[in-house]
Amino acid sequence: MSLWIWLLTACVLAYAWKLVGYFVPARFLEDPRTSRVAGTMTIGLLASLTVVNAVVSGQALAADARLGALAAAAIALVLRAPFLVVVIAGAGTAALLRLMGWS
Amino acid sequence: MGLEPAEKRTPQTRTRKPAVKLLASPAVRVGISISIATGLYGVSFGALAVTSGLNFWQTMALSLLLFSGGSQFAFIGVVAGGGSGIAAMSAATLLGMRNGIYGMQLNALLRPTGWRKYVGAQLTIDESTATSTGQADPAEQRRGFWAAGVGVYVLWNLFTAVGAIAGSSLGDPKQWGLDGAAVAAFLALLWPRLKGREPIAIAVVCAVATVIAVPFVPPGVPILVAAVVAALVGWFSHGRRDEGLEPDVEPYGGHHAGRHQDNGSVPPGVARREGTDPGAGA
Repeated sequence: MSLWIWLLTACVLAYAWKLVGYFVPARFLEDPRTSRVAGTMTIGLLASLTVVNAVVSGQALAADARLGALAAAAIALVLRAPFLVVVIAGAGTAALLRLMGWS
Repeated sequence: MGLEPAEKRTPQTRTRKPAVKLLASPAVRVGISISIATGLYGVSFGALAVTSGLNFWQTMALSLLLFSGGSQFAFIGVVAGGGSGIAAMSAATLLGMRNGIYGMQLNALLRPTGWRKYVGAQLTIDESTATSTGQADPAEQRRGFWAAGVGVYVLWNLFTAVGAIAGSSLGDPKQWGLDGAAVAAFLALLWPRLKGREPIAIAVVCAVATVIAVPFVPPGVPILVAAVVAALVGWFSHGRRDEGLEPDVEPYGGHHAGRHQDNGSVPPGVARREGTDPGAGA
């Protein structure tokens, strides 16, 4: 139940961000720091989420099949594969490595 | 711009029915192809959401109400890693800040009024912003925004439902490598933003900060530590003002050679793209 509360809060705040853009005076956009921070934070969060999902297990670091998925995804991206193909490459590699005995 | 074949065809279709006319609009055509490409990967979101512990309606609520791919993946990514609801909410919300910047750009560009402002706000995402700002003509900018916004919304939700239903019948998600799929999804969201040395440096610093924080704070919180580090870098350094705000789609294809020299000189809301290969990347 409490997950619902945070989930709906996230939905409300996401819409609030979007709406703010349409109602704040344009001069806010002229402060380059506003968009700089939004941009660097986007990069930082996505980098962090990638790492957490690849090597973090609870409160410890772990090297498992997910590392293979990371490598496969990187190769697919270098080859300019579309998003869905990248995701399938990641899943397939992790599944295959587990089948071969690497958890 | 950058869509010569469509532009060449316009004179012939001008005499036909309005519906055909709309399909002859380069922005609408790009919007439709972006919608299909993006909508399809809603399948991966739906499947990952249910395997990370959300139920069907929680998954649908994220796609229907939150409707921003990066934030949605962030929410389920934190939950899957054992993070708390509040950490998931925080990560999703911080990642949603860029939509506010897109909103400012689109408001300056499209000047929506009345209900269009409120509906348009919900449809303000990477894809609709990129499709709109890639056009030069104001009417095309408007058509591009609505075509991509409505198109992605409908297909993204449809395919989220498909993914959620398929995901809940999969059994052990690890056997199918779905945790590997999440890793790949985040890397794919990050990848297009890593153009040049600075964004790569930011990504590396934040990745290291995450790893260092892991043993010391509860699950989910390392992501927020990285967000703070990234915000500090953005606040105190001087670089491109739109760094990282490159939407994770390139509806007009093309390359961005030389763009990193324009250190903040790009006026907000002005078309930045110079697509050269028509249709590529869409």
